Amino acid sequence: MAGPSEDKAIPIDDRALAELMRSAQAGDKAAYQAVLRASVPIVAASARRTGVPRDAVDDVVQDVLLTIHRALPTYDPARPFLPWLRAIAVRRAIDALRSQGRRGAREADDEIAYLNHPDDRPDVFEEASRLGDAGRLRAAIATLPPRQREAIEIIGLREQSLEEASAATGSSKVALKVNFFRALKSLRGRLGNDPDV
Amino acid sequence: MSDTATQEALIDRLAGTLRPVRRLPSPWKRTAFWLVAVLLIGIVLSRFTDFAALSARLRSVPDMWLSQVGAALTAIFAAWAAFQTSVPGRSPQAAWVAVPPALLWVCASTAGCLRLTPIAGTVPEPPMHAIECLKFLLLVSVPLASLLTWRLMRACPLRPGLTAVLAGLASAGAASCLLTLIHPFDATADDLLVHLLAVLTVIALCRGAGKRLLDRARK
Repeated sequence: MAGPSEDKAIPIDDRALAELMRSAQAGDKAAYQAVLRASVPIVAASARRTGVPRDAVDDVVQDVLLTIHRALPTYDPARPFLPWLRAIAVRRAIDALRSQGRRGAREADDEIAYLNHPDDRPDVFEEASRLGDAGRLRAAIATLPPRQREAIEIIGLREQSLEEASAATGSSKVALKVNFFRALKSLRGRLGNDPDV
Repeated sequence: MSDTATQEALIDRLAGTLRPVRRLPSPWKRTAFWLVAVLLIGIVLSRFTDFAALSARLRSVPDMWLSQVGAALTAIFAAWAAFQTSVPGRSPQAAWVAVPPALLWVCASTAGCLRLTPIAGTVPEPPMHAIECLKFLLLVSVPLASLLTWRLMRACPLRPGLTAVLAGLASAGAASCLLTLIHPFDATADDLLVHLLAVLTVIALCRGAGKRLLDRARK
């Protein structure tokens, strides 16, 4: 995804979008697809400006697409399209932030349970060496974000305990474990042995 | 599935289910539709109205007709503002148009209670009758508010709380106007309190139940 100024960088002709919406209201599916596709970066930029975390932006985009579908009869093609779209995007972003806040207040982390939770999926390192894919594994590790790479190298490859890794990196045990599991998930996806990815 | 692929799939799915839609009429047209319903109730009530006495009452002192003008304009502008705020991209500032008539309504009604000279040919409202007024205001407001909420649900209110409060204010204003048709009494403090209680109850009901319905409508 591009930065917050993306909607300025992409040439967006409000009048053209309004025309597409007029056609969409008349049942033109191609015009509708075009207007929805053009809306995605604008909505994402609005959501980020509103303060929605990066990993929740796509959920807001999908919510807004659904709301556009529901609110299609309310658009007046005589008026500009972008204020209509941005109003929906900002409200949906605020809804997402509120629901995140409510969830945060309701849910509590159990650090010990989290640290002791066993992962019963196949070990990605054993799997890679069994398949003779060590080279691919190294290449996949190199593409991981720095924190995840650090966690996988220290805990997975050097087989240090969480306490040792925490002392060596200065990160908390929970943060290390979170990064380690995120890295494992990414690696499983990249090495193609995770049915969930 | 990646997020982009999910979005693409969603766009294709939405486009696949697209049907031609009928554009929503303008907020003024939608307000007019609701006002027709108010008018119909008024026509039914007018069968029990003594128009000569009503006319004399309204002309005798300015606070009487000013409070009615305030209530009527509150009903019209609050309904318009509710329809306006139910459309994405329209400014929520539209809600302010309902404030001056509402102030006129409240101030003129208060002035009526403070007036020392009674209106000739009328009596102050008996205390027990105030309960009947409250019942009337609630019984008329609730269906009007329900009709308004049902019409608002056709739009996509992004601020359902504000829209619901405006719907409540509009319904209470309309009910207050209609009450005048069958209310042959001079203004009293009891009367003012009953009106205030009825207006606040209707607004609270709309803020609670109406907001929930409007919230569901936009999802």
